[in-house]
Formats: sequence, structure tokens, C-alpha cells
Amino acid sequence: MKTIINKVKGSGAGLSILSSGIAVLAGLLIGLIILLITDHTQAFPAFQTIITVGFSSIRNFGELLYSATPIILTGLSVGFAMKTGLFNIGASGQFTFGAYVAVLIGVRAEFIPPSIRLIVSVLAAILVGALWGAIPGFLKAFRNVHEVISCIMTNWIGIFLVNFMILNTIFDETRNSTMRVPGDANMPGWGLGELFQGANARPSSVNSGIVVAIAVAIIIFIILGYTKFGYELKACGFNQNAAKYAGISEKRNVVLSMMISGGLAGLGGGLHFLSGAGITMNVTDTLSYEGFTGISVALLGMNNPIGIIFAGLLIAYLQQGGFQVQHFGFVPEIIEIVTAVIIYFCAFALLIKSFFSRVGRKRADVVAEVEQVKELPKIEEEGSDK
Amino acid sequence: MNVIYFIMQQTFFFMMPLLIVALGGMFSERSGIVNIALEGKMLLGAFASIFFINQVQSAENVHLDGHPLLLLALLVAAATGVVTALLHAFASITLNANQVISGVAINMLAPAFAIYTARIFGETNTQQVFFNNTFRIESVPVLGSIPFIGPMFFQNTYITTYLGFLILIVSAFALYKTKFGLRLRACGEHPQAADSVGVSVYKMRYAGVLLSGALAGMGGLILIIPTAVNFNATVSGYGFLALAVLIFGAWKPQRIVLAALFFGLLQAIAAGHSGIPALRDLGIPVHFYRMVPFVATLVVLAITSSGKARNAAPRAAGEPYDKGNR
Repeated sequence: MKTIINKVKGSGAGLSILSSGIAVLAGLLIGLIILLITDHTQAFPAFQTIITVGFSSIRNFGELLYSATPIILTGLSVGFAMKTGLFNIGASGQFTFGAYVAVLIGVRAEFIPPSIRLIVSVLAAILVGALWGAIPGFLKAFRNVHEVISCIMTNWIGIFLVNFMILNTIFDETRNSTMRVPGDANMPGWGLGELFQGANARPSSVNSGIVVAIAVAIIIFIILGYTKFGYELKACGFNQNAAKYAGISEKRNVVLSMMISGGLAGLGGGLHFLSGAGITMNVTDTLSYEGFTGISVALLGMNNPIGIIFAGLLIAYLQQGGFQVQHFGFVPEIIEIVTAVIIYFCAFALLIKSFFSRVGRKRADVVAEVEQVKELPKIEEEGSDK
Repeated sequence: MNVIYFIMQQTFFFMMPLLIVALGGMFSERSGIVNIALEGKMLLGAFASIFFINQVQSAENVHLDGHPLLLLALLVAAATGVVTALLHAFASITLNANQVISGVAINMLAPAFAIYTARIFGETNTQQVFFNNTFRIESVPVLGSIPFIGPMFFQNTYITTYLGFLILIVSAFALYKTKFGLRLRACGEHPQAADSVGVSVYKMRYAGVLLSGALAGMGGLILIIPTAVNFNATVSGYGFLALAVLIFGAWKPQRIVLAALFFGLLQAIAAGHSGIPALRDLGIPVHFYRMVPFVATLVVLAITSSGKARNAAPRAAGEPYDKGNR
């Protein structure tokens, strides 16, 4: 146990968790203050609901897993890019594009048997997300365009393009959104919905998507941590020139990073709208919520794939609370305010980190000095031998 | 001819907010702070000022309407923008935080805050905030009756259109002809050099970001008043479009105004093309018009970001200022 703690301390993971924790606490605190200002009689019960609702029933926990699925994947998308030195805020567009193609194939490709159609549509979602992500990647690698700016542009181009295509292919006028994907072309439930069911045997919306999301997170963790390919990608993120000097094709890697990142977001879009929970894509001029939440998930998870799983669950947990605070007369957007505050505090996570590591180092320095002093005579002895 | 007048009048409605917000973004980025939070600042400025108009118009004992109310609302919008910008400035200047992340946080906070506040404190418990549009000018006296020029520039207009031009002139003057502008630009290009001659980089950057907040806040109000009947917790991506205008305009006021005109025209066509026979017959879908500005900006970026033309963007934008660097 002690060695694990030491290992965690040494890798800086403890500090990461600490600074994420501070960001979450700050977000919750400001949320509580806003609740108090709004209605001080109901604030504490509502706050208590936010804190406890995810675990309050088995069904709620299932719903939590369901809403965590897409944001874990967009979080992985942003986090993976961040690990390789790129800020992919284009996850929204990649998510939407992946979702559209998945739904399109799910609805229209009736000539393919449903179970194979599912695989085709999920793979297509990944591919399209990757291609949409490749555009900023190419512009970054070959034209030196900052990926943040090009991602903003591709997000909005994506929205208008997808809206246009939805209207011309799979639009259902009666419901003002896309048509429904037939049940058996959706992600299988694997009995998870029934496993996490409510008191009246009402199954929750959780499906095999969450298993896929977690599996993908583990795969990304292995790629980044334990493969040559991942090492090269990270090297480009740390220092492009050094990577180039070491014989790594940095241009190719920038494009590849963005494609993998885009593919992850596209997969998130596909899984979200093939969940079988009956949700459809609306034709609106707004960026997808899941794409932007991916940024908070990645920041909160400190860009670590395993951390991102937990961060995704945490944000989904808060969202659950958001639905419930309506019973107390509050507005669910309180959760988005809390999330935004969390991101804001994540922005200076580095500051928090360096503050604590400075405090920690002072103590470590003293210990090291004491040990040096102990060792000093020994060195002199060795010197006198010569 | 009437069609041309109509499009021109509509173009101003979209062009002015884009111009003002992009100029705001210019002050921030020329001082060295990347500002993707324009959307959030715009949205909160629009929300606070429309909410203010809503409250004043529905109050029984306050008899204030028309242009005095609009001017007061503009002040409210600017003040809200400044407060929002303070959040951004504090994180990215004082705390050396990642400027993009704090921008994302503000963009996320803004709509949530607007919806929350509107539903809690508004009378109707909806996220829409309604207002009576008593600010339209049918025709400017004397000037409006000039043939051709009158219907082009002085009919069916708002006082904010002329305010936009005023802000443009003042901004260009401030940026190029004043000590303040020179120092601001120096901080965005080479902050260490500016610091070495006694310019406080932190102060200049605060000034740039707060100015951007004030202008973006006003831009939000200026967008909503002529183009909507209520405020529905969104500025429909116009903050990002203003960012595109800023880039397309190469961070220079004289080119920003042209970019704003071009993008504003496209938005006007997108909004009103079904009412214009010639455009309706072309059959180009509305999404196309709305997409073009973003595509055009990407193309311009692809052409100008490498090679000789690299000088367009402020060189130090996005980098937290570190005194120890050289």
C-alpha cells in the first residue's frame, strides 16, 4: 500500500487529483451560493439532492452510466489530443457529424441486416469523425493554422452542413428532428437496463455503449502509455522540433492525432444516438452539448484516460442532480453553471499544482539536505583513499 | 431597387454587431490575450440589457422608452461585458491560466446563467426575455429623404448603426494614433520589449480584455434589437462569427469593417432570401449562406498562416506573459 502511495506521489497523480478536487469543490460551492441566493429555504435540500441523487437508486445509477457514455468519449477525444499537444475544441462538430452518419445508416441502409448495420454505422461514425478532425489536423501540420481557430470554424461549418443534410435525408417533419433508428439496429442492451432498473421494473437507458466507452478508454490508456506509436505522438506534443530531430514525422503525427481524436468524438456521437433510448437529433443552430462537455471532462480527468472515465461519471452524476433540482423549484441549468465554474478553475489547475508542489518540495528539500549531510563524511573518506 | 435597399438595411443589422464585437476582439488579441469568449460576453451583455429593457418597459411608474432607454441599455450591456471580461482577464492575465480554457468556461457559463436567471427572476418563468421594439427609426430627418442615399443608409435604421461607425473610427484612431494604441500593440507583439521601456504589460492587457468585454456586451444588444423579438438565451454563434471577422480582417480595423460588411451581407441574405425573388430562384439553401463565412475564414487562414504572410496575427497572443522570458 505504501509503495502505491509513493508511486502516486512520485507521478504527480496525487496533485492532479487534488487540483481537480479543488475545482469540483469550488464549482459546487458557487452552485450552493447561487442556490442560496435564489431561494434559501430550498437551497440545502436541493443541494443535498445534487450530491446524492446518482446513488439514490439503482435506476438513477443506470441513467448516470447512460449519460456518461458520450461525454467519456468526447472527453477522451479532447484529452487524447491534449496529450499530443493539440487543443481539439472541435469535438462538437466531430460528434455531430459522427452522430448524423450513424443515424443515416441506421435509418436508411435497410438492405443491411440490423446487427451488421449497427457495426457499419458505428464504424462509419468513427470514420467521419476522424475525417472531420483531419481538416484542422492538416491545416495545423501543413499550413500552420492554429487548431483552436480552425476547430471553431469546422464546428460551425459542421452544424450547418449536418442540418442541411438532415433536412434532405432523414428529417421527420412531424417531430421536427431526425427519424428514429429501428430498435434492433441500436446498441444492444446486454441486460444492463434491466440490471439497473427502477422500483416499478422500469429499466434505465444504460446499454452496451458504456462498456464500449470504458474499453476504448483503456485502449487509449495503453496506446499512450505503453506503445511506441503513443510515445511518438506524445513526443510531438512536448516538443515538435525535438521530435522531428529524433526522426519522428511530426506532420504525419499531428494529422493522425487529430484523426484519432475526431474518431473518438464521432464514436461518441454514434453511440449516443444509437442508444435505443429514443433520442433523435434536432435541427438547431447550436453546438452539441456533449462536445463541449468533453472539454470539461478531459480537463477534470487531467487528460488521463482512466481519469476521464471518472470525470465523465462525475459530470454525469451532476447532470442527474440537475434534473432533480426542478422538484425544488430550481432550474436544471444550475449544473451547467457548476460545470462552467469547474472548467474555469481547471484553467488554473497548473497554478494550484505548482503551489502545492512548492509546499511539498520544501519539506522534501529539508529531508534531502539532512540525508546529504549524513552522507558527506563518507564521500570525504572515499576521497582521502585516493 | 427596393430589394437592394432592403438587403442593405438588413445587412447593417447584422454587420454592426459583428463589427463592434470583432473590434472588441481586436483590442484583446492585439494586447496578447486570445479571446474565444466573445460569444459568452456578447450573450451576457445582450441578456442583461434586454432584461433591463424588459423590466423598465413593464414597470408602471417608470416612463422611459425609446432612445434614452436604448442608450441606458447599451451602458448596461457594456458594464455586463466588462464584468464578464474581468473573469477572463483575471484568469488569463493575473493567474497566467490557459486563455482558451477560461474562454471556453465563459462561453459555457453564459447561456446557462442567462437561462437560470431569466427563469428564476423573470415574470413568465420562461427562458425568453421579451421587449417592445420602440427603437426603430423609420427615417432620419432630412437625410432620410435624400434619393438613393436616404433609403440606403438613413431609413429603417437604428441609432446603433451610427454608433457602430463611431466606434470603428474611434477604435482605429486609438489603435494607430495614440500612445495607448502603440503600447497595446507592443504588448501583443513583444511584451518583454514593452516591459523593458516601462509599459505595464498586465495593465495594458487588462485594458484590452476589458475593452473587448464592453464592446462585445454592446454588440450582443445591438444584434438582438433589430433581428429578434425576444432574447432566447442565445446569440446564435455570432460571437464566433465575429471571431471569424477578426481573423478575416487580419486584426486591422480597416479590414475588419470590410470583413464585417461581407459577412453581414451573407447573414442578411440568409435571413431574408426567401423574400427576395431573384435569390429564391437561385435555390441555394439557407445553410450555405451561413456556412460561407466560416469556410472563407478557414481558406484565408490556410493561405496566410505560413510563409511570408505570417505577420497578420499578434505574435504574442495566447502566451501568458512571463517576465523571465526573452
